[in-house]
Amino acid sequence: MAQLTCENLTLGYEGREIISDLSFSVNSGDYLCIVGENGSGKSTLMKTILGLHSPMKGKITTGDGLKQTEIGYLPQQTLVQKDFPASVREIVISGFQGKCGLRPFYTKEEKRQALENMKKMRIDDLQKRCYRELSGGQQQRVLLARALCATKSMLLLDEPVAGLDPRVTAEMYSMISQLHKEGITVIMISHDIEAALRYATHILHIGREVFFGSKETFKRGMFLGSYSAVTGGERNG
Amino acid sequence: MAEVFSKLADYFQNVPAVRYAFIVGVLIALCSSLLGVTLVLRRFSFIGDGLSHVAFGAMAVAAVVGLTDNMLLVMPVTVICAVLLLASGKNTKIKGDASVAMISVGALAIGYLLMNKFPIRGGSGNISGDVCSTLFGSTSILSLTPLDVWVTVILSLLVLVMFILFYHKIFAVTFDETFARATGTKAGLYNLIIAVIIAVVIVLAMNVVGSLLISALIIFPALSAMRVFKSFKSVTVCAACVSVCCACTGIIISIIDGTPVGSTIVAVDIAVFAVFWLIGLIKGGVRK
Ligand SMILES: Nc1ncnc2c1ncn2[C@@H]1O[C@H](COP(=O)(O)OP(=O)(O)OP(=O)(O)O)[C@@H](O)[C@H]1O
Ligand SMILES: [Mg+2]
Repeated sequence: MAQLTCENLTLGYEGREIISDLSFSVNSGDYLCIVGENGSGKSTLMKTILGLHSPMKGKITTGDGLKQTEIGYLPQQTLVQKDFPASVREIVISGFQGKCGLRPFYTKEEKRQALENMKKMRIDDLQKRCYRELSGGQQQRVLLARALCATKSMLLLDEPVAGLDPRVTAEMYSMISQLHKEGITVIMISHDIEAALRYATHILHIGREVFFGSKETFKRGMFLGSYSAVTGGERNG
Repeated sequence: MAEVFSKLADYFQNVPAVRYAFIVGVLIALCSSLLGVTLVLRRFSFIGDGLSHVAFGAMAVAAVVGLTDNMLLVMPVTVICAVLLLASGKNTKIKGDASVAMISVGALAIGYLLMNKFPIRGGSGNISGDVCSTLFGSTSILSLTPLDVWVTVILSLLVLVMFILFYHKIFAVTFDETFARATGTKAGLYNLIIAVIIAVVIVLAMNVVGSLLISALIIFPALSAMRVFKSFKSVTVCAACVSVCCACTGIIISIIDGTPVGSTIVAVDIAVFAVFWLIGLIKGGVRK
């Protein structure tokens, strides 16, 4: 059974439709890239998957032992106030909060895993640092470590590399693909079609043209899409 | 100096009212500073003001109606207002700060109107005196009855226990409510709990500092701590310590000098804020 199935989804705000009749499914171990123009509804789709926004029509089901609240999430923007006092460790471990229920404190095991996730993201030396004093790339890795704490099996990333320089972007991609290799299903929104084609196993394109399928099918059909100019070279070569 | 201390020690041993003043002052300072951190960070610094004016209005109504124990009316009214203001979330038609201002001024005006129109039964007969003491706290904290003290002790211990139990949840919901919701934290429930706790603290604090000065007890310790410390835990702990020390100093000064308790405590809080601000400046300067 698929980990996540969206059937005939229609999304929108206040009666205005943005995406209509969208269906796709994600299996365990997939790496799905969601691409599309600005304002095409990518972030809205992600919020709907997370249950933060309700669909106008259609439904979302999770399977394979995944609960909707067990999806790790990296928001497009985290508006943290300038003067918010929070250390890296406090933020990362807060990823476990959803699993705590009414239990007031974190367990030893959770503390250990938080440390492990910080090591994976190579931020364990920043543990005690104040979040707002970190660089954009470091902040992004902190939030990714938090997302890892919130899930065992699926990550939703909304433009994880926005605003990062090429070197840090490459690092970020390789970290994500490492997580994917370790068995985590990744759903990533990106404007970077080349990276999408390099790392992803499946592509979902929303907007005027809707496409869902494997990367190979997407490449073959690319001449139809609006990205043919960008990757034209690759297709010929 | 030694003379002053021996006088204080003497008071402390022989005058129960002084002991009561310290117990109540310290507990209220502690509770309000703990909640202050999350309120300041949520941009709700003025909630203290708004709710305390609501409590003032309710108190006026209780006095006019002639309730013997006005806590019975004041507490529920304040709690309901707190829930409406804090727990309604971001999607309300009227923005958070505007609704706080609306409720705050409205309650103040109506409370004052009532107090003038229907002089308080059993009051001093001096309207401006009565109003002044509800707004700025009684000139002397020493008029607390044992019942006042017991109510304060029990409720503030409850608040403390709740705060410790919900500490991590309060952090998660304050830092990033969207993420907390997405990963299954019941953000609505915790917002509700925070709102109830804050209402309780405010009603308790009215006894000490009066409605107009409560905000100071809530925000100054948090702001001072935030100048110097950079993690949520250290800020919370530091705010609590600062607040308790300021309250003790303020009470001592007001007993010795006969100054009004509320404003003395706030004055000490301001002085400490200035010191922390300087420390923050120096530390920041050294680091960069
Ligand atoms: N809270 C909201 N209320 C009403 N309309 C909204 C809201 N959030 C987004 N929209 C609208 O929904 C559409 C899709 O927005 P969304 O944020 O999902 O786009 P996106 O694909 O993520 O764009 P980008 O690539 O710029 O991040 C936009 O037209 C936007 O104006
Ligand atoms: Mg978006």
